Amino acid sequence: MKNNIVYPYMPNSVESIKKEMMEELGIQKVEELYSDIPDHLRFKGKMNLPEPLLSEIELKEHVQGLLEKNISCNDYPSFLGAGCYQHYVPAICDEINSRSEFLTAYCGDTYADHGKCQAIFEFTSLMGELVDMDVVALPTYDGGQAICTSLRMANRITDRKELLVPRTMNPEIFIQLKEFVDFMDIKFIDYDHKSGQMNIEDLKNKISYQTAAVFIENPSYLGFIEEKGAEISKIVHENGALFVVSAAPDSLGVLESPANYGADVVCGDIQSLGMHMGFGSGQSGYIASKNDPKFIMNFPNHFYSLYTNEQGEFGFSRSLNERTSYGSRENAIEYLGTNTGLWAITAGVYLSLMGPLGMYELGENIMYKSHYAQKILSELKGVKILFNESTNFKEFIVNFDGTGKGVVEINKELLKRGIFGGKDLCGEFKELGNSALFCVTEIMKKSDIDRLAKELSEIIS
Amino acid sequence: MAKDFKLRNYHQAKWDEPIIFELSSPGQRGILLPKIDQEIKDTVGDMKDLLPKTMSRKKKPNLPEIAQPQVLRHYLRLSQETLGQELNIDIGLGTCTMKYSPKINETFVKNHKFSELHPFQDEETLQGVLEIIYKFEGFLKEISGMDAFSFQPGGGGQGVYSNASILKAYHKDHGEGKQRDEIITTMLSHPVNAAAPRTKGFKVITLMPTETGYPDIESLKAVVSERTAGMFITNPEDTGIFNPIIHEFVDIVHKAGGLCIYDQADANGLFGIARAKEAGIDMCHFNLHKAFSSPHGSMGPGCGAQGVTEKLAKYLPVPVIKYDGKKYFLDYDHKDSIGKVRSFYGAIAVVVRAYAWIMAIGADGLKEVSELSILNNNYLMKKFLQEVKGIGMPWAKGKNRLEQVRYSWEKLKEDTGVGTDDIDRRSMDYGLQGYFQSHHPWIIQEPFTPECNETYAKQELDEYFQIFKKISEEAYTDSELVKTAPHNGSISFIQTGEITDPENLVVTWRVYKKN
Repeated sequence: MKNNIVYPYMPNSVESIKKEMMEELGIQKVEELYSDIPDHLRFKGKMNLPEPLLSEIELKEHVQGLLEKNISCNDYPSFLGAGCYQHYVPAICDEINSRSEFLTAYCGDTYADHGKCQAIFEFTSLMGELVDMDVVALPTYDGGQAICTSLRMANRITDRKELLVPRTMNPEIFIQLKEFVDFMDIKFIDYDHKSGQMNIEDLKNKISYQTAAVFIENPSYLGFIEEKGAEISKIVHENGALFVVSAAPDSLGVLESPANYGADVVCGDIQSLGMHMGFGSGQSGYIASKNDPKFIMNFPNHFYSLYTNEQGEFGFSRSLNERTSYGSRENAIEYLGTNTGLWAITAGVYLSLMGPLGMYELGENIMYKSHYAQKILSELKGVKILFNESTNFKEFIVNFDGTGKGVVEINKELLKRGIFGGKDLCGEFKELGNSALFCVTEIMKKSDIDRLAKELSEIIS
Repeated sequence: MAKDFKLRNYHQAKWDEPIIFELSSPGQRGILLPKIDQEIKDTVGDMKDLLPKTMSRKKKPNLPEIAQPQVLRHYLRLSQETLGQELNIDIGLGTCTMKYSPKINETFVKNHKFSELHPFQDEETLQGVLEIIYKFEGFLKEISGMDAFSFQPGGGGQGVYSNASILKAYHKDHGEGKQRDEIITTMLSHPVNAAAPRTKGFKVITLMPTETGYPDIESLKAVVSERTAGMFITNPEDTGIFNPIIHEFVDIVHKAGGLCIYDQADANGLFGIARAKEAGIDMCHFNLHKAFSSPHGSMGPGCGAQGVTEKLAKYLPVPVIKYDGKKYFLDYDHKDSIGKVRSFYGAIAVVVRAYAWIMAIGADGLKEVSELSILNNNYLMKKFLQEVKGIGMPWAKGKNRLEQVRYSWEKLKEDTGVGTDDIDRRSMDYGLQGYFQSHHPWIIQEPFTPECNETYAKQELDEYFQIFKKISEEAYTDSELVKTAPHNGSISFIQTGEITDPENLVVTWRVYKKN
């Protein structure tokens, strides 16, 4: 059947235009142009897809209608974290990443996309200041990939195949890591059950000249701040291994950069720097290292290096491309593809707005509010905050063993009362009992936290 | 008509915009945070006492201090020095399918009912987004003929990687994990088809094309063996030439015990025309940020939607989105799964946009997408070959191309000394994005790979070839003008060269200031 629909996204779908172009080519039907595709490779039927909603009015109604079935963290206050965080997104972050120029650019380089290249150079420069390191690459798919690649860098640099990671690490990222370094031997280092801190004796027992890297998260997945960074670093380096630390960027206004307690590679997720959660769409990873060729040459991601010309102008171009798979296919150190450029630009905007004082106040807000929440929840009967011998940043473990109720039940009850409770840890960390990981960011108000405590108190009573 | 064609008197914005650190003025603030409630302070005590001494930041980060209007202005200026697809005729970035990304779809992903969803919310509160993902998987099954999809890979490269991971798991499961350690790809498949399997531990064998534009059967037969794990192949490859004997390739690999993986990153010429299934393919991936209209976002976020046949579905990353007839849910119960390749469920914003795009055009519209892409491309190809002096189209002479063409400026270079780098830079003086030449290594000299898609108008195609016609004339009459381009850009020519010494790398402002 002849298709006479004029599609708004397709200017040449107008019959007279098509006809004019076909006449130019001396053909009657477009099919003549792909006659080289043999009959047996052709798709014969019609794809069984819904009838199109050709008008924008109907399309909007349909998709909005589906989205309306969701309840968002704007509808209800949320205490969920565990790798994806609801932080405040400054309006200018949305303004800039919605600009057609940035939203719809791609891999253009030095000239036509000069502004994009500069914005990305500024992202790497700003991150360099935040983590106090000289080398930062273009972002990775997510924080998990940044950790995976950082640990593979350690394998390449040390030519060793063993990794030591904390038993408290993010379990989802651990699954990613196992997949990505399936040729390496990953061992867990135990933790102190009162504080969550790394068990230094266990580290000493397990580390050897086989160890490529020791990895920690700071703050950890379970929220505590690892305090013995320098001590761990010393042990790691005595064994000729690398110290790789995943650091939450939103903590670095108040917490020391791992670079200053001995980390060789610092990595993590930048979603907290101006990206909406978007059901996990806002994730993006960073990797930073010292300015040392043996590290630089083991980054698989693009570098936009700064150049100058006779007019004194700055320009930026992808550099040391032989490292990447665009430069040398299978001989590259790892594969590389399209990652998360728009989030790099956005994080740059975020850090420019925040400045040093903004990052400090962010950390301060998170510290005070999350500690307030810990304090008042710990006063509820049967509720305990675990790892209370450590200081937590943003997230903390709430244990409900003494309440006689399970996390699933408590979270269902909270949901009925219009609150998203913490991430259930029962499947991931059985030894922590009936516990959930609660998260409090700067957006949380005292009244939200008080309300959480009140509702919880009723639920468990 | 050609003589009267008026080219644009274009000039890109040129702001000489300082690096952000140079705008810093101590004391200025871009944004403020809430003051801490006194009751909170009274309850908690002083934060300085809470922070462990070893972990309290000693020296504040050297971030710039800039007021809000100046931050906005800085980034708006940088945006003006960036040529997004929406501003120009972005046919140049071939293999990337620079198509229009419908603006209505941005409103969906900006809606808090999507943007403020947390991945670990109760499934009851996620029924809308899970329905979109589930239904979109159904669309891709129709489009490809595959049986199951994952949207977890965050880009095309990761899609290929995730397929390589499944390939490895499959052979391991069949007791041949160690033996089957080689994959076969082609030189004109995207480089990630070599690099991602290599990252997964496979050895890589690369087939070279013949004059037909694709490798011959004999070269494949010579390399398949009991060590063959699989073949990673793009069709059509960067040349836009469809490999009509793909099924013979697939049969040979299958008979040797390997699996076949299609790189359908750029499927824009194939919708409703040819699918992975009919070619006997076992796995494929689509780049939803290319042919499925989600914006490219200055290099992501994207989605490499990964499709597999039924026998491989159990290996897909977890979780899988399912429907029990009443509700949609996340299913983690897959013991054979490769695990995870990206956090959570992928960049689902990309899926939401792609879902809306297909809902807006339907099955007939999808076929129209491909037919118009092919028509546009062949129209432009005729104009180029007839009217632009010095351009050539190696291989498969006289044959049509699907959605893109790899041209060569070799003749022009011989005649004038002007090469593809020069033409690329000069084309920006007429308002074009820099074009895609070729992946490395070049096997066609002085390459140029434009890709027409369905969202460009005939008058834009005419403008496009007229620009290159003009540049070719300039090369023959005033080659210096082309070689010293750009003249109308945000910056003038700059010697970027290819630095080979990491000591010369300057990727942060602090390193620049130290030098």
